[in-house]
Amino acid sequence: MDTSLFLVQLLNGVQYGLLLFLIASGLTLVFGVMGILNLAHGSMYMIGAYLAYYFTTLTDSFLLAFLISGTMALVIGIIIERFLIIHLYKRDHLDQVLLTVGLIFIFNATQSFVWGNDPLGVEVPELLSGSIKLTDIVEYPVYRLFISLLCLLVAATMYFTINKTRLGMMIRAGESDRAMVENLGVDISKLFTIVFAIGVFLASLAGIVSAPIVSLVPGMGEHVLISCFVVVVIGGLGSIKGAFVAALIVGIVDTYASVLVPQASSMSIYLLMALILLAKPQGLFKN
Amino acid sequence: MNNKKKIFPSVLSASIAATMITMSSGSMAADSDPIKVGVMLPFSGVYAGLGESTRNGLKQALKEQGNSIAGRPVEFIEMDTEAKPARAPEITSSLVDNQKADFVIGPVHSGVAMGMIKTIKGKDSIMIIPNAGANAATGAFCQPNVFRTSFSSWQTAFPMGKEAYDMGYKKIVTMSWNYGFGKESLEAFNESFTKAGGEVIKEMLVPFPKTEFQSYLTEIASINPDAVFVFFAGGGAVKFVKDYDAMGLKGKIPLLGSGFLTEGTTTAQGPAAEGVITTLHYADALDIPKNQRFRQDYETLYGKPADLFAVQGYDAGQLIAQAVSATGGNTTDKAALIQQMEKLEIDSPRGAFHFSKAHNPIQTIYLRKVVDGQNTVVKVAQDHLEDPARGCKL
Repeated sequence: MDTSLFLVQLLNGVQYGLLLFLIASGLTLVFGVMGILNLAHGSMYMIGAYLAYYFTTLTDSFLLAFLISGTMALVIGIIIERFLIIHLYKRDHLDQVLLTVGLIFIFNATQSFVWGNDPLGVEVPELLSGSIKLTDIVEYPVYRLFISLLCLLVAATMYFTINKTRLGMMIRAGESDRAMVENLGVDISKLFTIVFAIGVFLASLAGIVSAPIVSLVPGMGEHVLISCFVVVVIGGLGSIKGAFVAALIVGIVDTYASVLVPQASSMSIYLLMALILLAKPQGLFKN
Repeated sequence: MNNKKKIFPSVLSASIAATMITMSSGSMAADSDPIKVGVMLPFSGVYAGLGESTRNGLKQALKEQGNSIAGRPVEFIEMDTEAKPARAPEITSSLVDNQKADFVIGPVHSGVAMGMIKTIKGKDSIMIIPNAGANAATGAFCQPNVFRTSFSSWQTAFPMGKEAYDMGYKKIVTMSWNYGFGKESLEAFNESFTKAGGEVIKEMLVPFPKTEFQSYLTEIASINPDAVFVFFAGGGAVKFVKDYDAMGLKGKIPLLGSGFLTEGTTTAQGPAAEGVITTLHYADALDIPKNQRFRQDYETLYGKPADLFAVQGYDAGQLIAQAVSATGGNTTDKAALIQQMEKLEIDSPRGAFHFSKAHNPIQTIYLRKVVDGQNTVVKVAQDHLEDPARGCKL
């Protein structure tokens, strides 16, 4: 592999990693703050993608679809938290698993009922549909670069919000000592609603922006969920920073493994996870 | 531990057998008894769309007979396989042993097919595969009571090798998911392409069901072969074709594939699919009167266009109807039924076909090209192509 090819593959890896971060960030945020492991996280990704498809077809504008779908995701998040998740805070993880797995079935059935089982696709918005020449032979789609930028923006916004704002302060406090935060007069239930809605929003956002470059098929959420877990576990359950670093590592390792050791590429990221957990059982960034 | 595991199923099967004996005593199959057709298809999960089309086609064929063959009504017993191989033996056995199904139609997924064949082997029931293309189903694992109305993986890719060479491509990169259907397709392509004088310079196998193709596409660009031959299907096919186009490869390196690359996927692929060349035993736009009639009726019945899977289901239905008519409604003598099936010519929307000794269709393979979002027939790639049925002793 010559240098330029090596660099293009690095770009592939970083770009894939950033997308993984976008998908996984909501999962780890919700777990970190609320202690809820939302197994239906992948379903939110799927619903985001299908909503983007639906509204792009309806309005003929991806931007409009983006805005409507994003807003709907927030609303869905609020509804799920207010009516379902709220009953789980005092229960154990098994009950969470039961409820959120149930949600997976409900969302899959809804998807199949509303949109059918044939694969669907969304066109890349015209403005971003070109490609940039990287080397003599390799072109890179602009839309993929756009996704990477968006992911970086989300990462930066999350970093800023959590470290520099009042909401972030409450989130951090909620993570470390929930009872104390409550005693200090913070409305923890409102905070939980906001955090859960953001989590759902992030998953859907990943689905929305991915829609033009993936195919929309039943069960697409479950495939994503597995990579998500790998990222979250490597990064350390509940750690946003960990998820970011882990997502980049996973993206890069997966990309190079598929080129350099194709026979072993399917197990490369799980091997990576096993090795990291051997050295650091809590993940890279213990919460 | 091991013993306990073994005891449970045997207790279960013993009790099932006991119930069966009590149920079946006294009722001998009379002439007006329904013909029992077990249907084992995926009605949920990734392959649900394929299952639905297959069932629609099957029912259309039997509806044409007024849902009765030689005076006997047809009774369907539908089971969802969820495309999970682990479920196959259990469901098959309940259809064959408990329900006494005369025919079992299924499945879509090759892994499920293998489980079904193992269970139905030597039983008094006939299995008709309406999709699953694993070569072994009518190869090393072929059975007297197993027929296939679809294709073998080998058939769908073999003719493309010679076609590719004739188009002037000498060095080709092949790529597919690392699983049976994909690997068998690449092997068949390789077989005829190498024989014609071409060279496969690299074979790329992507872990199934991964659809992150960027690193592979980058590598293809750097190798810069004369053409690329791939096997992908369904959602993966949509993504691959779009990614291939987005990387700017389509204009430079022609994309060839097994027909599944553009089957039921062109709407989702959009302009990216234009010009992609594939081989398959069917094309929606096939200009045969039978096909046009079939497609018209299908659309009237179900309100949407027919697809390949509907055709294959339809032919499974035709096969049952013709075979049972030929025996005058007798389904008790399975050997006689099988003998009839072996002789039949099926007037399929894909063009007429009959069965090989291994019970796989001897059929025409078409060279197709996507034009305006539709698979159009360029020409016949190979007439009456028979699967070599390697390892079959029938």
